[in-house]
This record gives sequence, structure tokens and C-alpha cells, in this order.
Amino acid sequence: MSAPTAVLAARRQTRRAARSRSLRPWYRSGTLVAGLVIVGLLVLVAVLAPVIAPFDPVKQDLLNALQPPSGTHLLGTDKYGRDVLSRLIWGARVDLRVGFLAVLIPFVVGTVVGGVAGYAGGWLDTVLMRVVDVFFAFPFYVMVIVLVFVFGSGELSIYLAIAAVSWVSYAKIVRGEVLVAKEQDYVVAARLGGMSHARILVRHIGPNVLSQAIIYGMSDIVMDIMAIVTLGYLGLGIAPPTAEWGSMINDGQEFITTQWQQATVPGLVVVLTSLGLSWLGDGVSDLLSPERRK
Amino acid sequence: MSSTTGPAATTRPATALPDPVLRASGLTKTYRLRPSLATRLARRDDGRTSLRALDGVDLELRQGEILALVGESGSGKSTLAKILVGGTTPTSGDLDHRGEALPVRRDKDASRRIQMVFQDPYSSLNPRLSVGAMLRELLLLHQVVPRAEVRAESVRLLNLVGLEEDALDAYPSQFSGGQRQRLAIARALAVRPDVLIADEPVSALDVSVQATILDLFARLQRELGLSILFVAHNLAVVQHLSQRVAVMYLGRIVEVAETAELFANPRHPYTRALVDSIPRMRAGSVNEEFVLDGEPPSPFDVPAGCRFHPRCPYAVERCRTEDPALAAVGAGHDSACLRAAELPPFQAPPDPAASIDRVDVREELQDETTDPAEVRGPAEPRHPEEHPSPGDPGTPGARSTDA
Amino acid sequence: MVAPLLSVSALTLGVRRRGRPDTVIVEDLSIDIAPGERFGVVGESGSGKSLTLRAVAGLLPAGVEVLSGGITYDGKDLLGLPAAARRRLMGPEIAMIFQEPMTALNPVVRVGDQIAEGPRRHLGLSKGDAAQLAVEMMARTGIPDPARRARAYPHELSGGLRQRIMIAMAVSCGPRLLLCDEPTTALDVTVQHQVLKVLEALCADGGTALAFVTHDLAVVNQTCTDMAVMYAGHIVESGSVRDVLGDPRHPYTKGLLDSAPDFDQPDRRLVPIPGFPPNLAARPSGCPFAPRCSFAVDACTAAVPARELVAPGHTAACRESDRIFEGALA
Repeated sequence: MSAPTAVLAARRQTRRAARSRSLRPWYRSGTLVAGLVIVGLLVLVAVLAPVIAPFDPVKQDLLNALQPPSGTHLLGTDKYGRDVLSRLIWGARVDLRVGFLAVLIPFVVGTVVGGVAGYAGGWLDTVLMRVVDVFFAFPFYVMVIVLVFVFGSGELSIYLAIAAVSWVSYAKIVRGEVLVAKEQDYVVAARLGGMSHARILVRHIGPNVLSQAIIYGMSDIVMDIMAIVTLGYLGLGIAPPTAEWGSMINDGQEFITTQWQQATVPGLVVVLTSLGLSWLGDGVSDLLSPERRK
Repeated sequence: MSSTTGPAATTRPATALPDPVLRASGLTKTYRLRPSLATRLARRDDGRTSLRALDGVDLELRQGEILALVGESGSGKSTLAKILVGGTTPTSGDLDHRGEALPVRRDKDASRRIQMVFQDPYSSLNPRLSVGAMLRELLLLHQVVPRAEVRAESVRLLNLVGLEEDALDAYPSQFSGGQRQRLAIARALAVRPDVLIADEPVSALDVSVQATILDLFARLQRELGLSILFVAHNLAVVQHLSQRVAVMYLGRIVEVAETAELFANPRHPYTRALVDSIPRMRAGSVNEEFVLDGEPPSPFDVPAGCRFHPRCPYAVERCRTEDPALAAVGAGHDSACLRAAELPPFQAPPDPAASIDRVDVREELQDETTDPAEVRGPAEPRHPEEHPSPGDPGTPGARSTDA
Repeated sequence: MVAPLLSVSALTLGVRRRGRPDTVIVEDLSIDIAPGERFGVVGESGSGKSLTLRAVAGLLPAGVEVLSGGITYDGKDLLGLPAAARRRLMGPEIAMIFQEPMTALNPVVRVGDQIAEGPRRHLGLSKGDAAQLAVEMMARTGIPDPARRARAYPHELSGGLRQRIMIAMAVSCGPRLLLCDEPTTALDVTVQHQVLKVLEALCADGGTALAFVTHDLAVVNQTCTDMAVMYAGHIVESGSVRDVLGDPRHPYTKGLLDSAPDFDQPDRRLVPIPGFPPNLAARPSGCPFAPRCSFAVDACTAAVPARELVAPGHTAACRESDRIFEGALA
């Protein structure tokens, strides 16, 4: 190869190399795929509930109460004669929906507070973080239960109660990330480029810190579903007769020796949901972090 | 504090000099520290309340030149770079850009004139922004070109730094260190600055890649008439690239001169020590003359008098009390040493072409440094002028327990 | 001819993958270091130089294994030794110093105690004796006021001092082989100068052999007597420092010398090496440097060139070496 040819070859290599480092495809991650499959199935079940549920979940049929699993009622019936399988399917709607929505407000509020505190620093940061500390001091479940009592039962009060308590985690996480991101050279460069603070926060720091909040959010959905289930179990959650996994466990517990599937199967489904969401969260975290971080 | 354009101005050509592109006068930067309550109670704070990162800096960057800023840790060179580029505000002092004072807080327009290239190519680019998005944002924000021409201008910038158009859609993580530095340079150039402050831009790169970036800087200087302040610690790079060099020590500039002159005839003992410390690459070339004693100092404990005197082999009594100002010692050559005129001629390390037998060197070393009692003194060929022992025999510049 | 103290033969390091070919990082590497010899290994990032050193030290990162080849120390097969026996060697026989002293020193233990730990464990010294030895070692590395400094914690010391502490730790048991992984890269130039002098003196004093990995050719010139140049996991040239730096016989070595600013030749134009460091996952067949080599011919991509003697004691892995470097240096 003559010298000019070599230089051309090298240039070609330079150009090609700009693309040679492609990012590892998402479908390679086992956890991500598993999580997606599980959560996807659950969402599908919830969406298709009216179609696939064999029976009406709330219609009572006292003559058929407490039937063991059979051809018609695959999981039997509960004490009001309602088909357990149908309630399970319809319950997915409630639990998944409430779980996702309950994360939304804390996510937004916490991210904004944490982002501003971390970026601004100084007294604003100190004040906001002390507020966060106060909220942190209260145990989650205790607070949620108290607030639900205060707000009354029902879906809206669940959202309010959970939001009031769990936004602080997001604030802390995002603040930590912002503190680090603030010092990165590319943020300094953006300042030097004449960009306003708002622009930097939203366009530059934002995308880089949100990934941690999103990852936390995934596990928070799991937490919130557990909270709803617990509230339901305690009778403080979604009002009956709406099908909901927690209240199903509550209803079924007195029959644990005879019709054990009434309480156990919803419990297992809750576990499966948590597992799926955790895996999804892990997979998303891998996707969002290492390759993009550099 | 005398300006760097003191009496030496008479030896320069008759044409009136335009204002330097950047002029710093009397810059200081002091960080106030408040040790935690626990530290204060335990009385372990040694009374440190402030850190003088810069202690009176005068500097000029001339049109179209590459000025190297050299110093070790604690010298304040990074702080100075940050102040020049507007990332930090000085505690006192003035900064002029082409004769006009630069306000302490720069607006969008003022900030685009002076841009920076950072040391770490891995943290200086937003990992979530594609190259094209990054350039577009800047071009639009400063309205460098009309919206329709943004892509063309982005491609032009990429070509200017030796990259191709297909880089526009890629993300920083897909590029190597050298390429990222080029992207960082392209970004800096997007807003059409006239000054580039490069903070150790090649330190994090492989040797063979450094050459391409150095070449790029030289080319930008030639083709665009850029004025570049190049902060570096690798003196071989400095010698290769810059026209003038300013040496910093503990928050002050201690010597400024044209590159060839500085390295051939250093007129400050610290500069001499620096030059003597440079490892040489030529086969058989070895520098053994002078090993600088002690540690690079901490800016917490600036010695009284000349800040270099505790480590200086030429220090005399006067040096302990008088703080020398930067003064002209030759044409375009300033030094902050009281004894600059009295220093013996600089012995450059032995001719690289002469072959030096490795064995001899080893024997020399055995005599000099293996005796623990001698271990603190500098190597033997030290000019035996009157050098009193510096006051504190402990490590100077560090946490001195004596006043 | 003295038997080598350390002999690495045909060492191949890489990552084994299930169901796919192994990813090779270092290939067929052979180095001999004689007792007391100061041997430099030079390469850029990705050359595999640090990994080679770590293989000798037994500190390969998770996932990287010795795929083939051997390492012999003082006649003993290091790779065949059981872990416990190998650990006994580390300290009294083989010691290592790292690039970043802050992470190599334990932040919660006083430095004097850290230096004393080795002699206590390996040489069986009492606590008092070991502490005294630690202070002596600190003095020998040029640390002023060593008795007081021995009580400091690592974060209280500057980078240069910490590096000297690490050197003191490494030589405290009187090893015969000192492995250095870019020990001065993170240091200021004047401190680097001091530390290199200390290293040289200690090695000369104790007859310790040095395996010095760095990317800085000038530092190798200062510190070592013999050297090898690595590229993409292969040794491309080796010999005495004077031969390799003064009379390079491999295009990569020449390229490195041409692209690095040399303080003694300020006006020389820097000629960068075109192209990119190789992608380890997609190695080209044949000579690893061929894609970037301006002298490459078709035969170069056919097979990896073997290291051949181009002058007494001087090898180069380049088929075209004689043709390229015939007569005066280009």
C-alpha cells in the first residue's frame, strides 16, 4: 500500500469508526425481555378483561357461593358466589392502573424539587432538603394509612396519600444526580455557550438524571401496588365490590383451609407482577445507564 | 505589580501594538473555607480559613498567538483558565477583552467570544445529545447562521476538525477519545470565538493521538487567526506548540518569555527545575542535573517572601522577606525572581547526541540518593552560591507546624 | 547468560465466551527479564501492557484469563502454583506499584502501618521492628520527617508522597522483581522526576529487577535499560532502550517516535499515526498494525509476523523491517 492509499484507508477507517461502536441491542438483555413479557401479559389481560373474563366480577350469586374449582369456575367462587378468576382478571385493571398512576405525581413533584434544589444549591437546597427530611422521618405505611383515613377511602385518596409520602425519594435521588451532573464539563460548557439555567436544567442535565428517577420509579410501582394491596387487605383501599387483589386476599383468608386458592392465587399474582416490574426496571436501568453514561 | 509590557516595550518593533486579545491585571481568587464545627472543636483546622488560589496574576494573550500556561498542582493554572473563560468570578482584579473590560457576569454575547476546550473528553460532551443536536443548539442560540444553513454549517465545523458528516447523527459514546476532543473543539468553534482556552486538552489522550490534536490547534491558529491559551503540564508539548510560555507557581506567574528563550535561558529557579525534570526521549540523553526538593506546595500555606524560596537552591536572606514582582529581565522576558540577573547561565542537559553509558549513571545515583541522611538535599551539581538552609527543614509548603 | 528471573512465554490472555470464539487481548507474548534488569513495556491504551503485568502479578480482572502460555519466575511455574503459594511470593519476591496511589492505599489505615504489614507477615518481624523498618523505608524513598509522616493517613499526603509510600510498601520486603503500572503518569513533572530517581536508586541498591509499564517513551528512556513495544496485544519490537529508541525497526515504534513531541527537537514536525487503535473484538488477520501502516504490503495481512532478530539483541515483528529501515532512518 503506498502512503497515500494508506492515508485514504485510514480516513475510511476513521469515518466508519464513527459508526462502528453501536449500542448493544435491547433484546439481548434477558431481564429486560423477561420483564417485558410478564408485564406485557399482565397489561394485556387487564386491557382485555371484558373479553376474556368468563363472568361478571361483581355480580353476586349466593346460591353458588364457595364452589371449589371446576370446569366453569376455574378458580372456584368466593363467598358471594363471584367467579374468582374473573375477579382476578378484572382486578388487574385496578391494581396496575393505580400502581402506575400513583407513581406519576411523586415522580413529577419529587424530580422538580430535587432538580431545583440540587442545581440551585445554597439556602434553597438546604430548606428544601430539610422539608424532605421531615417527610422521610415518617414510616411509609403508617403515613399512608393515616392519610387514607383522613381523606376517606377511594381511589383518589390513595393517590393523594401515596403521593404525599413517596415524592421525597425522587427528590433525594434526583438531587444527588444533579449535584454530580452539575459539575460535569459538558454542563460547564453549556454555561459557557451562553445557555440559561432553565435550558441547561431541562435540556442538558434533565435527560441525564431522569434515568435514575425512572429506574427508581419502576420499583416504586411495585411498592405502590403492594401498598394498594395492603390497603385493600386492611379494608382501606378501593371500596368493594370492585375486584382488587388485596381485597380478594382479605376476603379469601377466612377460607384458607378450605378454598385456599381464593387468597393464595391473587397473592401469587401480586408476586408475579412485582417480579415482572423488577425485571423490567433492571432491564431498563441497564439500557439507560452504562452505554449512554459515557 | 508591573505589567508585562513594562520597559521591554522599547525593544519591540515600532508599529503600535493593538490591544492584546485578553489582558488580566491583578487577578486574585480566594476561596473562603469554613471547616465543620467538629473540625474546629478538635482544633485540627490549623487556622486555615482561606485558600488563595490566585494571588495577583497579570497576563496578556496576544492576537493570533498560542500562549502556554504551565504549572504543577497548586499553581492555580486551572483557576486562572476558569476565570478567563468566565466560569468563575475573580475575587479582585480586571479582565479586558480587546481593550474593553469584561464584566464579571458575562451575557450571552460576551461569553461566546472566549470558549473552552476541556481536559477530559469523556465528560465534556453530553452523552444524551447527538453531535448534530449539540451543534444545532449552539448555532441557533447565537444565531450564527440562518436556520436553513445550520446543517451545512455543522458539516463545515466537523470538516474543520477532521471529521465527516456522518458524525452528526452519532452520540459521543460512539467516538474515541481523540475524536471526542475534536468534537469538543468543533463545539467551541461553533460560536465563532476569537479566544480558545484549552485546559490540558491532550493530557488524557494517547501519544499518537495527541499529535493530531496538536496539529489541529496549530492549524486553527493559522487558518482562523485564533488566539489560544494552552494550559499544559507536558513541557515537550508546550515547546512544540506555543509561541510564548507563562510559568505559574502557587498562584502567581513567575516567568513569561518566548518559548525558545524560556527553555534555553530560564531566568527563574523554578523554571529551571521544571526544565531539568523533563524526561528526554533521545537514546542516551539523560538529565541528571537537578532534582527539585520537596513537594509542590499547598496553596493553603503560601510561604512568606518569595513563595519559592523554601525549595530554591539560590535563595538568600532577602528572599525570605521580599515578595518579588514580575519584572522584565530581557526582551519580552519577565521573571519574578529577586536574583534573576545573578543566576548562573543555565546548563542545558548534556548533548543528546553524546552517548552516556547507563552504568555510570547508576553509580552516580547510588552515591547521591541512597544515603538516607542525604536524601533531602538536591542532587550534587547544585550551584554553591550562598544558600542558607531554608528556615524549616521539614517539607516546605505543606502543613508547616512552625510559623 | 544468566537465567532470566521472569520469563513470560507465549502468553495469551483473553476472555472466554460460551459458544463463540474467545476474545483475545494479548497474544503470544514472550518477555525475559534478567535479575536486576530494568525492563520497560511501552504501549498506548488497548495495547495490553497493563494486563500483561497483572497476569504476572496474578491480578487479572474478572473474566480475563490466561488462555495459553506460561509465566515462570525463578524457575517456578507461576500459573501452576496453587493460589496460596502464589500469594506467598507476592511481597517478598514480587511486588507491584500502581498508577493511582489513592486507590491503592487503604484510606483508613495509617501509612506506616500499611508499609509495616508486609514485613510483619512475610518476614515475620515483630510489630516494633516492622514499624522501624517502615520508617527506614520511607526515609529511603526520600520522604522528609518520616517518623512523623508514618502516622499520617493517605488522604493527608500529596500525590507524590503517596506514590513514595507505595514504593516503600513495595520494596519493604526486599522483592527481587518490582512490577510498576504507570507509576508516575498521574504525577507532576518535578515529582515524577524525584520518584523515578528513587525507583532507580532503590532498584540499583537492592538488585531488584523492574518491569515498568508506561506510555511515555521519555520515561522509559530515563529509567530502563531494555524495553518492548506493544501494539494490540503483541510485542512489535524489543531490545535495549538505546537500540529501540535510537534505531527503531518497526513502523509502529517509528510512528510513536515521530508523533511524540521530543523536547530536544522542538522544530521537528509531529507526524501522527493515521487511523485508529484496533478494535479487539474485530481483529484483522495478519499484522495488527497493517491497517495503519504506510509500508504495508499484501503479505502483511496474511499472517501475524513473527519476532525476528534485526540486530544482536534487537527483535522486530515486521516482515518488511529490513526493506523499510534499510540504510539511514527514514
